[in-house]
Amino acid sequence: MTATLLGQSKTVAPDRLAVLAEAQSLDAALPALLVEGVTKRFHVGRTKRPVVAIADVSLRLERGGIFGILGANGSGKSTLIRLVSGLLTLDEGRVEVFGHDIQREEMAVKRLINRVSVDAAFFKKLSPMENLLFAARLYGLDAGRARGDAIAILERLGIARKRIDRPVEQMSRGMQQKVAIARALLTSPSLLLLDEPTTGLDPRSKLDVQTFIEDVRKNHDTSIVLTTHDLDEADRLCDRIAVLNDGRVVAEESPDGLKRLVAEVHGQEPTLHNVFMTYTGRSLDDDVEEDADEPTDSAT
Amino acid sequence: MLLARHELKASYAFVERNFNLSRRYWGWEVAFLVYSAAGALSISFIGAQLGDARLLLTLMVGAIFWNYLSVVFSWIAETIAVERWEGTLEYTMMAPVHRSTHLLGSVAYAMVYGLIHTAAILIAMILFFPNLATGSADALTVVTFMTLGSFSFVGIAMLAAILPLLYVERGAQMTFVLQSVLLLVSGVYYSIDVLPGWMQVLSHLSPATYAIDGVRRGLIDGAPVTELTGDIWPLIVMGIVLIPFGLWAFGRAERYAKRTGKLKRVG
Repeated sequence: MTATLLGQSKTVAPDRLAVLAEAQSLDAALPALLVEGVTKRFHVGRTKRPVVAIADVSLRLERGGIFGILGANGSGKSTLIRLVSGLLTLDEGRVEVFGHDIQREEMAVKRLINRVSVDAAFFKKLSPMENLLFAARLYGLDAGRARGDAIAILERLGIARKRIDRPVEQMSRGMQQKVAIARALLTSPSLLLLDEPTTGLDPRSKLDVQTFIEDVRKNHDTSIVLTTHDLDEADRLCDRIAVLNDGRVVAEESPDGLKRLVAEVHGQEPTLHNVFMTYTGRSLDDDVEEDADEPTDSAT
Repeated sequence: MLLARHELKASYAFVERNFNLSRRYWGWEVAFLVYSAAGALSISFIGAQLGDARLLLTLMVGAIFWNYLSVVFSWIAETIAVERWEGTLEYTMMAPVHRSTHLLGSVAYAMVYGLIHTAAILIAMILFFPNLATGSADALTVVTFMTLGSFSFVGIAMLAAILPLLYVERGAQMTFVLQSVLLLVSGVYYSIDVLPGWMQVLSHLSPATYAIDGVRRGLIDGAPVTELTGDIWPLIVMGIVLIPFGLWAFGRAERYAKRTGKLKRVG
């Protein structure tokens, strides 16, 4: 049997077909992701008040769409991604992935999602292929077929075949991030969570990754949540954008809608930079400087 | 059936990954093996120096079987610590794999690795002490205690693996301390009778105490399994109780880590 992977017609293993069939059987009317009234607090000490990382957030991502989340450091973007990934429990609200409740149907949701985080997390001594095959086996894919698919995806991302069996630690940051994206794609996720996938990449690598995301959306039935600091990237890739500030959604619209809003309501130039400034009360430059200076807050 | 096949395949993922890690860190593996063999030989030479064949065998059994148990313990107990160190913990926890499957893979690799590692040390021992007499040894007793000891130790190791889930910074250190305490109280190189009374209480809680004593009596005295029920039943009880309890506690710890955000990468 054949199925399409990144626009290439190829034979697919029965295990893989089961995953694809599951994805295809998803009700098209159901949103890919539904977040309703989600709140997450962290208790940082017995005497201190809990930190509210996410406050009553609601989002809806339609199947096949790309939903962008913009926000300053500490605004709760990564916490929200972790909540949707099942890596954090919800204090309030609910999350559904293609109609599956993330708390009651955890395993079904896990089969449908994958994630790429800002830090390409791998067993650094292992090669890209070894890391990818480990992921493939965890998701029940046939190793032989997964190997072929991994090579195809990695080559599409510009990683030469001769690099595939060398330790990941010998690769540049940009290449490691591409391997991370390949790992996520290998498992054919119906919902892909991209948490700042291009942060820290050189312009060429960034462009490669952005083009690949566009390809995935076009050729692969994958819905995407993308958090980013790159406003041009958000403008280029996202159908809708939510601006997160102190754990709350302070604006949500299409990129053009947000720009219109900031022009009509606030009388500013219709740019995403002004949208970011208006709704977060800070410039992106402040955010980048803070990123370099401050230690990571474990609560966010 | 399909589910069982998926879980077995996923379990094998951990075996293959750990094998690949051992292969990629082969230099450290050799160094660790040399260190372990040197340690076992050094302790055994104490018995040789005193010219006491029984003491020599007692020390050798302690050195060899503690090596096996500690290697098994380390691989399982570091299941989480290694992933936290590498930064892959969140990805593994996100995968559609039951935690029992995850731990089964870690346990399977730990046991195979432990057997190979210990066999290499055993060969070193035989090369250095070729004339050692173990003619009266009861092989069934040795195998029985090694098997039962492995499974009961797995339960403790699973509980130890929880520590890095609960304590991001100190968990791995606490696991190491626990392993050290087990070495101290389990009568690995001496009878537990020489320990202070309060320590002997801890000795009776360690499966290694019964496993090593059983192996020693089977190997040195040729005692059949039927004579060693006093050592067997604690091991069976510990295995039956600790493995399910370890799995349950692991699930609770994972839930706690997800509630408090402790799965997040640190460092």
